[in-house]
Amino acid sequence: MKMSGIVKEEKGKEATRDGYGKGLVEAGRKNKNVVALDADLSDSTRSEWFKKEFPDRFFSMGIAEQDMIGTAAGLALCGKIPYASSFAIFSQRAFELTRNIVSRNKINVKIVGSHAGLFTGEDGKSAQAIEDISVYRTLPNFIVIQPCDAIEAEKATLALLDYKGPSYMRLLRNPLPIIHDTNYKFEIGKGGILRNGKDAVIFATGTMVHEAIKAAEMLKEDNINVYVVNIHTIKPIDEKLIIDLAKKTNCVITAEDHNIIGGLGSAVAEVLSENYPCLMLRIGMEDRYGESGKPDELYEKYGLSANKVAEKVKKFVKGK
Amino acid sequence: MVKEKINELKKRANEIRKESLVMVYHAQSGHLGGSLSEADILAALYFYKLRLNPKKPDWEDRDRFVLSKGHACPAYYAALAIKGFFNKKELESYRKINGLLQGHPELKIPGVDYAGGSLGQGIPVANGMALACKLDKKDYKVYVLIGDGEAQEGVVWEASMSAAFYKLDNLIYILDKNQVQQTGTTKEIMDIGNATEKWRAFGFDVIEINGHDIEQIINALDKADNVKGKPTMIIANTIKGKGVSFMELNPKFHGKAPNDKEFKQAMEELNKIKFD
Repeated sequence: MKMSGIVKEEKGKEATRDGYGKGLVEAGRKNKNVVALDADLSDSTRSEWFKKEFPDRFFSMGIAEQDMIGTAAGLALCGKIPYASSFAIFSQRAFELTRNIVSRNKINVKIVGSHAGLFTGEDGKSAQAIEDISVYRTLPNFIVIQPCDAIEAEKATLALLDYKGPSYMRLLRNPLPIIHDTNYKFEIGKGGILRNGKDAVIFATGTMVHEAIKAAEMLKEDNINVYVVNIHTIKPIDEKLIIDLAKKTNCVITAEDHNIIGGLGSAVAEVLSENYPCLMLRIGMEDRYGESGKPDELYEKYGLSANKVAEKVKKFVKGK
Repeated sequence: MVKEKINELKKRANEIRKESLVMVYHAQSGHLGGSLSEADILAALYFYKLRLNPKKPDWEDRDRFVLSKGHACPAYYAALAIKGFFNKKELESYRKINGLLQGHPELKIPGVDYAGGSLGQGIPVANGMALACKLDKKDYKVYVLIGDGEAQEGVVWEASMSAAFYKLDNLIYILDKNQVQQTGTTKEIMDIGNATEKWRAFGFDVIEINGHDIEQIINALDKADNVKGKPTMIIANTIKGKGVSFMELNPKFHGKAPNDKEFKQAMEELNKIKFD
């Protein structure tokens, strides 16, 4: 099947939050109505790059996420295009405002949550959002995006500029290999096949795209060929691609640095159970919280590393 | 202010009260107490102060009005209908299936700038509108009506902090201090204390008035036009259920519809009110 432009060799590493920072500045240059809000984390979310170029269009909201979301909605109701960023975990503090103002009224507010998942590392479980995809996915009118590299994050940020409606974009703290080239075309709602296969398919999002690519290499030694698909848009999800590849392989695995309840695994299961029921393996946080540690140590301990993914996939494929 | 204008506004307020009563009675559900307490304020806003064009509800330069205490929408819907944003006949659709006038406001309703419903949330939205106005160098104003029970929500204070921080002098908060909330008086449930001092300490220009005195309301609204460098808070001392003796300061009529007998008596009382 047609692949979506993965490069063979890594072109260095960069965090998706950096891609967001660049994309936001670019969006600001393209459209004077773009504004940014942050809740005292602009250095971490990279929205301060926007602040530097457009100080009058940047609003420091203090450590008050509810106020930030409400204010963003008011700006949007008067024609502005607000990107409101914080950590993924703290954005959820404003959940009911997000539900009742932004989602209910379909207001063009772009919520951006950085430092998501176990990947955040040393800050520990209070900072590691593992439920944000699930939370935002349940809100009518919302779309949910998680880029897997800095280039994709930059393109997604610009795609959101042209998208009118509520959105949540999940970003990550630590650098990740760049796997897309600069000509890559990002399209909301379209999954990208990064590796062709035969025996199984791994639908992955965010960091797990990279673990899945490595796991696929390891699995080759056992003569297991797996598709690796980047699901950057968890909602609306690419139903057609998911059904097609399920039909081809009859062996579906999902991989996410997020609770296996409510996230990518659930989204894929929802599609398949109604269209092409087949056995699935959901890899992710197994309804528990993480802890402090280095991301790679945590991924090994909590079963998200390429090793663990390969092990689980092998067992699943053989057991079928 | 000429006497005729004040008298006209008093009549409008009475009309708003009567329409609210009919709407809640017909729907047999809805929030009457808070509608009756805010009726005079709405009359002053919609028939004196707000720069609006009912024929062009989305006019970019209109003043914005945010009913943050969204449950008290019967009076709001009545004011919009009387102002001409939609046909008065629509008032019959209040809380009915497929109706235009939902139990809490919706943006699709002509004249509605913000869809309230969950308390506290209209305040930051109003701030955002005022910020956008400043960014665009426009001269419209943003008014937001807040309940005193509503002021127990934390986001009200987050937003008050930022309204002062951003020196939003195009922003006017109005507190409908009607003293009663769903399960009792605000003093019993969670006393917000000295509202005037609190907002003053947050950096507002605070004007305290009798929220049922039309002249005081319009004077306060006019005074707010001249405030520079900070937002205004008009503390309007009101009575929940104002105008109907047995509803006044009675928590029962926060969210309960009157029965046949109560409706009849309430309408009689509102009909008896004399104007100069």
